[in-house]
Amino acid sequence: MKKLDRNQIAARVARDIPEGAYVNLGIGLPTLVANHIPKDREIILHSENGILGLGPRPAPGQEDEDLIDAGKAPATILQGGSYFHHADSFGMIRGGHIDICVLGAFQVAANGDIANWHTGEADAIPAVGGAMDLAAGAKQVFVTMEHLTKQGESKIVERCSYPLTGVRCVTRVYTDLAVIDIKADGLHLVEICAEGLSFEALQKLNGVPLKHKAAA
Amino acid sequence: MIDKILQSPAAALADVPDGATILIGGFGNAGMPSALIDALIAQGARNLTVVNNNAGNADAGLAALIAARRVKKVICSFPRQTDSWHFDKAWRAGELELELVPQGTLAERIRAAGAGVGGFYTPTAFGTKLAEGKETRRINGRDYVLEMPIHGDYALIKADRGDRWGNLAYRKTARNFGPIMAAAARCTVAQVRETVALGAIDPEHVVTPGIFVQRVVKVAALRKAA
Repeated sequence: MKKLDRNQIAARVARDIPEGAYVNLGIGLPTLVANHIPKDREIILHSENGILGLGPRPAPGQEDEDLIDAGKAPATILQGGSYFHHADSFGMIRGGHIDICVLGAFQVAANGDIANWHTGEADAIPAVGGAMDLAAGAKQVFVTMEHLTKQGESKIVERCSYPLTGVRCVTRVYTDLAVIDIKADGLHLVEICAEGLSFEALQKLNGVPLKHKAAA
Repeated sequence: MIDKILQSPAAALADVPDGATILIGGFGNAGMPSALIDALIAQGARNLTVVNNNAGNADAGLAALIAARRVKKVICSFPRQTDSWHFDKAWRAGELELELVPQGTLAERIRAAGAGVGGFYTPTAFGTKLAEGKETRRINGRDYVLEMPIHGDYALIKADRGDRWGNLAYRKTARNFGPIMAAAARCTVAQVRETVALGAIDPEHVVTPGIFVQRVVKVAALRKAA
């Protein structure tokens, strides 16, 4: 079996982002999605710290300390972009104006619950940022993650064991193995991405039952 | 004649008492009013409650205020950073109370205070640890959590230009929490790069109207902007 690498997962997500979408990309793997949007497709990236029309990283020497992205890295703004304050920025998120957000996760449950902010360990310093707002507010919540933990356990689970970020909010999961939709009646396989992985083998790794058109 | 422009950060912060709640603008270092925080450290007020998106980076600004043991409580969304060592140490030692708030809820609680709203229902954090013990309500089939406003005794913010009436304009993403914190505090102190004559900021481009600002201090930019 040949799993997708991080850039391949990002490229797969990018395929599903339509022209004209307002999109918020989380920190880490989700950020890579921006690199894979086709040049002829116009989408508008939202950055929680007050940008619509977030552009690519500035060239070395062109950084501006007043212009950063949600990960606090130097950023640029596109022609047509805008700046706004934090309450407006999260009003866009909470108010359902963001079409798609892409988040990383520790776990996603079959009912759409997501856990991505805290391991629950007593001495771990908790930090939530905008994750709960995005989970609750975006029209569609896409999750990108590796399908399995280092110990080989599925991160797609019946119920999350880590503290929740949001309830019943994830609509689609992109992993190094597969793309899976989360609907009211459970998990639906969209496609297998890993080369040489059968549906039966994926089902065994996934743990939670997958619905599959071909198998139905 | 109204003149809100003061000559130094020290003069602008001379009356901050022990135990005050201080809203501090900035997201990371963008919009962080460093000169005002330095003046607050020199001024000596203790037992402060600080509201900021983060809990200090490296050794300057808010991190230095925490390192100087002036802060008893931090209300923020994202304390953990690769360089938040002063917060991490104080929190682990139990010297500092943390109220963790989702970023959008933090912003809206501050906005609510400035707008005179007594509380609001938000879907954010419903069903999570951060909503434990809070009143919830189902409205039109959706679940919400009741959140309360965050008022400040002082707001320390950074803007680009300000005039003697306290009108402010910001620069790029340094705007972040500035406008909402300005409205939510009894006394708002704005550190600006440049003080300008009345009218020099086009009324169409005033982002924070002077009614929300009590004191303006010019602080020369230390670093170059591209």
